[in-house]
Amino acid sequence: MELKKIITPFHLDVLKEIGNIGAGNAATALSVLVGKSIDMKVPSVRIVTFDEMLEMAGGHEKIVTAVFLRVEGDASGSMFFILPIEQATKYVQKLTGDMSFSFEHPPYSEMGLSAMQELGNILSGSYLSSLSDFTGLDLYPSVPSISVDMAGAIISYGLIELSHSQDYAIVIDTALNEENTNSESVNGHFFLLPDPSSFSVIFNTLGVEMND
Amino acid sequence: MIDTVVRVGIAEMKIVKSPDKIRTSGLGSCVGVVVYDKQVNLAGLAHIMLPDSALARGDKTINKAKFADTALRELIHVLISLGANHSRLKAKIAGGAQMFHFSSKNDQMRIGPRNIEAVKQELKSLNIQLVAEDTGGHNGRTIEFDTKNCMLQIKTVYQETIEI
Repeated sequence: MELKKIITPFHLDVLKEIGNIGAGNAATALSVLVGKSIDMKVPSVRIVTFDEMLEMAGGHEKIVTAVFLRVEGDASGSMFFILPIEQATKYVQKLTGDMSFSFEHPPYSEMGLSAMQELGNILSGSYLSSLSDFTGLDLYPSVPSISVDMAGAIISYGLIELSHSQDYAIVIDTALNEENTNSESVNGHFFLLPDPSSFSVIFNTLGVEMND
Repeated sequence: MIDTVVRVGIAEMKIVKSPDKIRTSGLGSCVGVVVYDKQVNLAGLAHIMLPDSALARGDKTINKAKFADTALRELIHVLISLGANHSRLKAKIAGGAQMFHFSSKNDQMRIGPRNIEAVKQELKSLNIQLVAEDTGGHNGRTIEFDTKNCMLQIKTVYQETIEI
């Protein structure tokens, strides 16, 4: 089954709504946690080659802080919460009160990593629970894992599962901005990459037809 | 004159001739394999994602560069068709890191080590000498092969660049 051939513009709109609901809730949770107003951009849903996917995350060699987790349950997939290192550093400083913490130079303190992991946990939890409410599907996150490295090295890991059957990824991307900052600067991304088998589950539960 | 650097994307393979360089960036659990014949100044690079084409699901034609077994065979086939000699072919590899730590027993999470193992196995069965490697660990890598001296430069985040 080549997904690229059976996914219609209407399907993409449905997935966009999923990004809207999920990331909207996660953005609210993030605002509360860091005490700042976080703006969510309209999600984009794209069918991209693996190389294009890596470009979306800032480019192959861009250094980012990433929280990665697997979505388990009725519709499995991979999820990333990607932040530029300066932004991740600020959030961890805010959460821990440790102003000396930085993702610029390893090794990172256990406390800082743990705070970042918890941040990922809360955000992915709110993303997925709102999706569960919307779809009626049972969805839950695995324990999140953190990496600070090249975006290419990190994102390609999340493509492994779908690369078994596809040469394209369907990605639900929601960019986050902190309010009162330069509106052009994107501060973070949520990427949701449903596994190929999950699309029919998602569309079925929402009553959307899909011809395989 | 500035030498051209040919860029290889994920699940792609390309061939260059001296004095060009060939590069792939952001190798995580993927493995970058360079196979070269110094005498005819040819080198090929594959950015491999998965250990075995038997893992491919679906019936459509597969992208050979994605899998260790098919990528290496294709790379060698093309190099030889361009004038390389099988007995002179040598290989250098890098990548296969474990980017994330999981408590999960899921074998898929160990994809880096499995990719390294598969590439080595395939090189061995194809009688290609593996002359250098920088594999494993937990960091992403960007690699660039210089056809003039056959050295592979490896960049890692927050660490010194090395040459093998």
